[in-house]
Amino acid sequence: MRIPGGLIDRSKPISFRFDGHQMSGYAGDTLASALIANRVRLVGRSFKYHRPRGILTAGSEEPNALVQIDQPGGQSTPNTRATVQELYEGLSARSQNRFPSLAFDLAAVNDFAAPMLSAGFYYKTFMWPRAFWEKLYEPLIRRAAGIGALSGKPDEDAYEKAWAFCDVLVIGAGPAGLMAALAAGRAGADVILADEDVRPGGRLLSEREEVGGSAATDWVAGVVAELEALPNVRIMTRTSVAGAYDGGTYAALERVSLHLGEPGDLPRECFWRIVAKRAVLAAGALERGIAFPSNDRPGVMMAGAVRCYLNRYAAVPGRRAVIFANNDGARRTAADLKAAGFEVAAVIDVRPDSSAVADGPVYRGAQVTGTEGRHGLTKVSFRHEGALHEVTADLLAVSGGWNPSVHLTCHMGGRPVWNPDLAAFLPKEGAIPGMIVCGAAAGVFSTAGCLSDGAAKGAEAASGLGFTAPAPEIPEAEDAAYALKPFWIVEGKGRAWLDFANDVTAKDVRLAAQENYAGVEHMKRYTTQGMAPDQGKNSNVAALAILADATGRGIEGTGTTTFRPPYSPVSIAALGAGGLHKGFAPERFTTSHTAGAERGAPMIEAGLWYRPGYFPRPGERNWRDSCNREVGYVRNAVGICDVSTLGKIDIQGTDAAAFLDLVYANTFSTLKPGRVRYGLMLREDGHVMDDGTTACLGPDHYLMTTTTAAAGEVMRHLDFARQAFCAGRDIHIASVTEHWAQFAVAGPKSRPLLDTLLDAPVDPETFPFMGCGEVSVSGVAARLFRISFSGEHAYEIAVPARYGEALYRDLVGRAETLGGGAYGMEALNVLRIEKGLITHAEIHGRITAGDIGMGRMVSAKKDCIGKAASQRPGMREGPEAGREELVGLRPLNAKHEIASGAHLFREGHPAVREHSEGYVTSCCWSPTLQSHIGLAFLREGRGRHGSRVRMKDHLRGLDTLCEVVDPVFFDKDGGRARG
Amino acid sequence: MADLIAKSALEGLVPVTHGALVLSDATPAAVTSVAPFRGKGRAVAEALAPMGLTLPAPNRMETGPVGRIVWFGPGQALLLDAAPGPLAGLAALTDQSDGWVGLRLAGPGTEEVLARLVPIDLRPPAFGPGAAARAPLGHMTGVVMRADDGIEILVFRSMARTAVHEIATAMRQITAREG
Repeated sequence: MRIPGGLIDRSKPISFRFDGHQMSGYAGDTLASALIANRVRLVGRSFKYHRPRGILTAGSEEPNALVQIDQPGGQSTPNTRATVQELYEGLSARSQNRFPSLAFDLAAVNDFAAPMLSAGFYYKTFMWPRAFWEKLYEPLIRRAAGIGALSGKPDEDAYEKAWAFCDVLVIGAGPAGLMAALAAGRAGADVILADEDVRPGGRLLSEREEVGGSAATDWVAGVVAELEALPNVRIMTRTSVAGAYDGGTYAALERVSLHLGEPGDLPRECFWRIVAKRAVLAAGALERGIAFPSNDRPGVMMAGAVRCYLNRYAAVPGRRAVIFANNDGARRTAADLKAAGFEVAAVIDVRPDSSAVADGPVYRGAQVTGTEGRHGLTKVSFRHEGALHEVTADLLAVSGGWNPSVHLTCHMGGRPVWNPDLAAFLPKEGAIPGMIVCGAAAGVFSTAGCLSDGAAKGAEAASGLGFTAPAPEIPEAEDAAYALKPFWIVEGKGRAWLDFANDVTAKDVRLAAQENYAGVEHMKRYTTQGMAPDQGKNSNVAALAILADATGRGIEGTGTTTFRPPYSPVSIAALGAGGLHKGFAPERFTTSHTAGAERGAPMIEAGLWYRPGYFPRPGERNWRDSCNREVGYVRNAVGICDVSTLGKIDIQGTDAAAFLDLVYANTFSTLKPGRVRYGLMLREDGHVMDDGTTACLGPDHYLMTTTTAAAGEVMRHLDFARQAFCAGRDIHIASVTEHWAQFAVAGPKSRPLLDTLLDAPVDPETFPFMGCGEVSVSGVAARLFRISFSGEHAYEIAVPARYGEALYRDLVGRAETLGGGAYGMEALNVLRIEKGLITHAEIHGRITAGDIGMGRMVSAKKDCIGKAASQRPGMREGPEAGREELVGLRPLNAKHEIASGAHLFREGHPAVREHSEGYVTSCCWSPTLQSHIGLAFLREGRGRHGSRVRMKDHLRGLDTLCEVVDPVFFDKDGGRARG
Repeated sequence: MADLIAKSALEGLVPVTHGALVLSDATPAAVTSVAPFRGKGRAVAEALAPMGLTLPAPNRMETGPVGRIVWFGPGQALLLDAAPGPLAGLAALTDQSDGWVGLRLAGPGTEEVLARLVPIDLRPPAFGPGAAARAPLGHMTGVVMRADDGIEILVFRSMARTAVHEIATAMRQITAREG
C-alpha cells in the first residue's frame, strides 16, 4: 500500500507484471518498491534450501530479491536486483529458483533435509564413486541450486564501452559526495560525479531530515542544480563505479536503457573506463543485520531500507512493526513508521543502557529469539529480562550498525583497518594512489559530518591539482553521535542466517572453524559465505565476527577476505561491448575485393584481410576443379592474383644497406639498383622469422616485402632494431602496404600481356629475372618487379591503390583473352607447393634456416640478428643435432592423399607418438604432376631422398606410404622463371 | 590511351548523418611521410618555412596556408595536402597518399562519439587546435587530429568500411542519448 508523499511521480502510473500478475506502480519506483506497494512479500526462493525470501534491502547490495527480467523478443536477464531495476511500462519480471510456483516450490523439501546439508556436505558425501560427481551428483545439485537462467539465445542487444577523463572523480552522490563535487567544481576542477542511483542524494532521499533549514531533498535539488550549471562538472547517474585500477583508472557500469521498455538505438549498458587525476570516494555505508533464529523470513528487512521505502517511495513494507537494533539510528525507523501512521509493536534494543524513549514500547537488553510465518512474517518472539515474549507483527526492521563501503579502497591490495569504537572496518589511508575517502565510507556517520567532510575532501582533491576556491559553507544538519554496541548473533535454537544469497548460517561458520577451516579465506570457501551475487556485502563482517569468536582471535586478528572488482555485478556483454560478430576484428579489404566477390569467390581470412579462395565457374563440382583450372592458367597461359596484402616497407637512408645486412641473414649491401633479392630474416633466438624479397629502388632506397601473416611483426621488429640497435644511424622506414595495390601477373604469357598494357613494352634487359623498375600504365606511374612465387615467368605490378580496382579488372580481362584469368589463394598455394616454396606453414616459429635448406644463406661474412643464437648446439645442421629437415613427399599411389598435420614414421614402425620422425606442413593435389604431393619436416630428411616413409593421420584415418623427394617437385633448375 | 579509373575507398560509405552529427570524407589530397636524413633537420625546417610549416612536436600538427604536417613518430611526420618537392634530398619522402583515408566527424557530441573508440581525452581543453595523436580507433590504428570543424581521423585505406561502420554505430547511439 501507499502513503502520501515520497519521490514518486503519481501523475505517471506504470503497469507491470510479476510472475504473470498485473500490478501497477509509478514513475520513480524500483521494482522492489512497486512490489512492496502491491503488498508482495515473497519474491524468491533461496539458493540451496529454497527458503521463501522477501526484499531485505533497498540498494544494489540486495541478496534476496533477484528476479528474471523478460524482454520482448525472448531475451531474458537473470539475477536482476529488484531494488535496482527501475519500473517501466510493460516490465515483466519473474521470480527465480522455484518450481512449479513461488508459493509452492517442490525443492523446498531441501529445507527439511537441512540438518544434513550443512557446509561441506557435498564435499564429504559425493566423494565417491569418483565418476559419479561429474555425471550424476553435480548436475543434480546444479538443478536444485540455481539463481535464474539464461535465455539460451545469443545476446544481440547493443552495449557500449567508453572512456572518460577528469581531474576529480567523486564516487557517490550522497551528502558527502555532493559537497565534495561542489567544492572541487567551484574551484574549477574538471569533475565527474558518479552514483549508482537514478538520482543524486544518497541517504538524504530516504530519510526525513532537514539540511540548511529546508527538507533534505530540496537541499539536494539545489546543489544538483548548481552542479548541473557548472560546465566543468559532469553528473553520471545510474553509474556504478565498479573497480579501481592502476594509473587512476576506474571501471564503471552505466545502466543506459535498462529502465526503458523501448530503448530504440540506446545501448543497454555502457562500460566506462574513467581516468581521474584524483578520486574522492564517498560511497557511503551499508547497514548490516543481526543473526538470530529464522531471521530470513519475508518481512524481515533492514531498518534503513524500511525508512527508504516509507520516505522515498511512500510504499509500506508492513503495518505493524518490530524494531531490533543495537544502535540509536534504528530508533528513527520507529519514528518514521509512527509518523506515517503505523504501529510500532516493540523496539527491541540489545543495549541495557539505551534510551528508554522511543515511538513504541522499548525493551532494553532484549533479543529477538525467533519468528513465525510460512511465506511472510506473522509473529516475533523475543527474550527480555529472562522472560520470553511474543508479539504479532508483519515487519521486523533490523539494524546491527553500518559497514563503510571500503570496497574500492581494497582493489589494489589494501586491507581495511578495524576500528573498535565504530565496530567497523575503515579504509586504509593511501591504499589507492590519488584516492581520498570521505563521509560514511570513512566512518563519518552523521549528515553534518558527511557534509563538512565531503567539502573538505573535495577541496583537498582540487587543491592538490592547483585549483583553489573558498570552501563551501556547511549547512546545518543532523549531527547525532553514532551510538552502538557491537552485537552479531542471538544464540538459540534454529538457524541464524548470515549470507542469505548463499544460504550460509552462523552454524556453518562455526563448523568451518571446528573443522580447521579457521582462516577467513578458508572459511569463505568452505561455507561459500560471500560468494553469491552480493559478494557478502550483507554478511562478511558478521561472518568474520562469528569466526573471530569461534577461534578466539578477535576481529582484528581474523581480518577480511579479499575485496575484488567489480563492486557490483557487471554483465559480460558490457565488458565485451563492440565485440559482437565481427566487431572484435576490423575487416581489411583489398582494392580488388568487389571484383572478386562479383566473380563469386569465397573469401579466405588471412589475418584481418579477406582474400579470394578461388573463382568458381559453371560446371565445376568443387573448389578443387576451380583450383586445378586456375593452376593451369599460370602453368600454361597467364594468371592474375592480388598480392597487395603482403607487407611492403620502404627503407631509405645512407645506412639502409647496412641495416638490411643486420636484419637479414643474407647480404643485401651488394644489391644493385633495379634488382631484387630473396631474403631470410631470423629472430633474435636464431629461428626463422619471415622471408620475402627486397628490391633496390635506387641508391640508399629499398622496398622490402614481407609475408601477409608477418607484416605487422616485421614492421615492429624493424622499428625496434632501428631504434634500439642503430640509434643515430641514417635509417628511415615507412609502411607502404596500404599505398600500393600489387598484382601478380604469372605465366608464360605474362610478358605478352604486360606488353599490351604498359605504355612501353617490357624491356628484357631492364627486367631480367629478379629485376625491378618503374613503368607507366595509362600514364600512371607504376612499379614492376620480375619475381615469381609460382616458378613461372612472372611479374608483380604495383600502382597507387586508388587505381587498384581498375587495373585488376583490366588485367583479368586481358588474361582471359589470352586463355588465362584470375587465380585465388588455393591455386597460389598449389603453385608454390609444386615449387617447394615455403610459407608460414613451414616457418612456424621453431624452424632454423638449416631446417629449410637455407643454412648457407646465413652469411659467414657478416653478423645479423639471430646469427649467434643460430650457432648454438642443437640449432646447427648435421647428424649430431638430428633435426627435422624440409622434404617433399609423393605417395606411392598418386591418388592417395597426403594430409597436413599428419605424422611420419619409418616403414614397419608402429604409428605412435614415440616413433614419430616428422610431420606434414603443406599438401595439395598437383594438377601439374597429377599426384598428391606434400611438404614435410623429416628427421635428417635431406639424406633420405628416395627412401620411403609412412604418413599416418590419426584424425582423418589416413595411412599413406610415401617416397621422400626433393621439396622442389617441378622445374627443379628454375628455367621457367628465368626464361 | 585509356585511363585507369581512380576510386576512393570511401565511395558509397560517407557522408553519414545522425542527428546533428556528420561523418564525411576528409581524405587529404596528398600524404607524404617525411623523415629528415641525418643532420638535415635544420635544412628541412628551412625548406618547410616558406610553406608556413615547421617540424611538429610530438602529438602536434602545424598548419600552413596550403598544407599541414602532423607528428607521426620519432623523427617522422606526415605532410598532408602539400607537395613535398622542396624537401627532396633532405628527408626520406614516402608517398602514402593512397594508403590512408581521412574522415571528419563534426557536430555537437563529436568528442562523445569518439570517446567510444579512441582511448584519449579529445575534449577541447586537452585536445585543442594543433593537437594530433596516433591512437587506436577501436581495434584499428589511426591518426587523430583536431580540425577547425570537428575532428579528423586517418585510418588505413583497407579498413575504411570498418572505421565508418564503427563510428556510425557510436554516432547512432550518442544521438539516441540526446533524444
